[in-house]
Amino acid sequence: MSGPQRAATRPLSPHLQIWRYHVTMLASITHRITGAALYFGTFLIAAWLVALAMSAETFAMMQGIITSLPGKVILYLWATAILYHLFNGIRHMMWDGPGIGFSPKVASNVSVVIYTLAIVGAAALMFVAGAF
Amino acid sequence: MSQGQFLTPTKAARGLGSAKSGTAHHIRLRVAALALLVLVPLALYAIISISSAGFDGARAWVAQPLHATLLILTAGVVSYHMRLGMQVIIEDYIAKTGMRTTLLILNTFATIAMFIAVAMAVVQIWIAG
Repeated sequence: MSGPQRAATRPLSPHLQIWRYHVTMLASITHRITGAALYFGTFLIAAWLVALAMSAETFAMMQGIITSLPGKVILYLWATAILYHLFNGIRHMMWDGPGIGFSPKVASNVSVVIYTLAIVGAAALMFVAGAF
Repeated sequence: MSQGQFLTPTKAARGLGSAKSGTAHHIRLRVAALALLVLVPLALYAIISISSAGFDGARAWVAQPLHATLLILTAGVVSYHMRLGMQVIIEDYIAKTGMRTTLLILNTFATIAMFIAVAMAVVQIWIAG
């Protein structure tokens, strides 16, 4: 790369190889992974709404895919991802705005709580939706 | 200022990163996220309502003016947040200019297409009543 050298103090992107494992590091990377997964998952939700606009047959076909076992697994993963991204997003706003929750102990504990809430919450959503 | 007084402003800033549109991007991503704090729980409620209502019931649910409006609004904010977020990922990991530019353009097209598709679907259901 030409141009001026970058100072060594600049923050780095979350590359997996350079970080030693810690739950806050995992939480940060999970935020990005769930964000990318939601990007593609949301196209599926959009396709489902488009099917509803097209015809009863198309919608029934989409419903058939969603209620199949692979469909339910993908839906559960999507629900887990969106709840994780939502909860961790709130945490990021707490960090960025009032600066709450920065101490290592609190940050680690909140990470575990967010993982738990996302996994359990997604199961609750699937239950409410009548998926199982 | 013991160190800074002999530096020109350019010398002090050089090497400390980009001075283009990063701050505006950062703020936009978070303003969209603020809106999504409200819209995502509503969208989850919408998905559960639609999925358990059958074809006619689902269309009737979407056709209600408040539901249709919120669905289109949510699709717009989601599309914007998706585009800005994926842009960061592409810029972080894809170093080659050609591939990076191609993916950035595809990202713009795909997210806007997603918004238009959902908006048109909702409008179609709304008009058909």
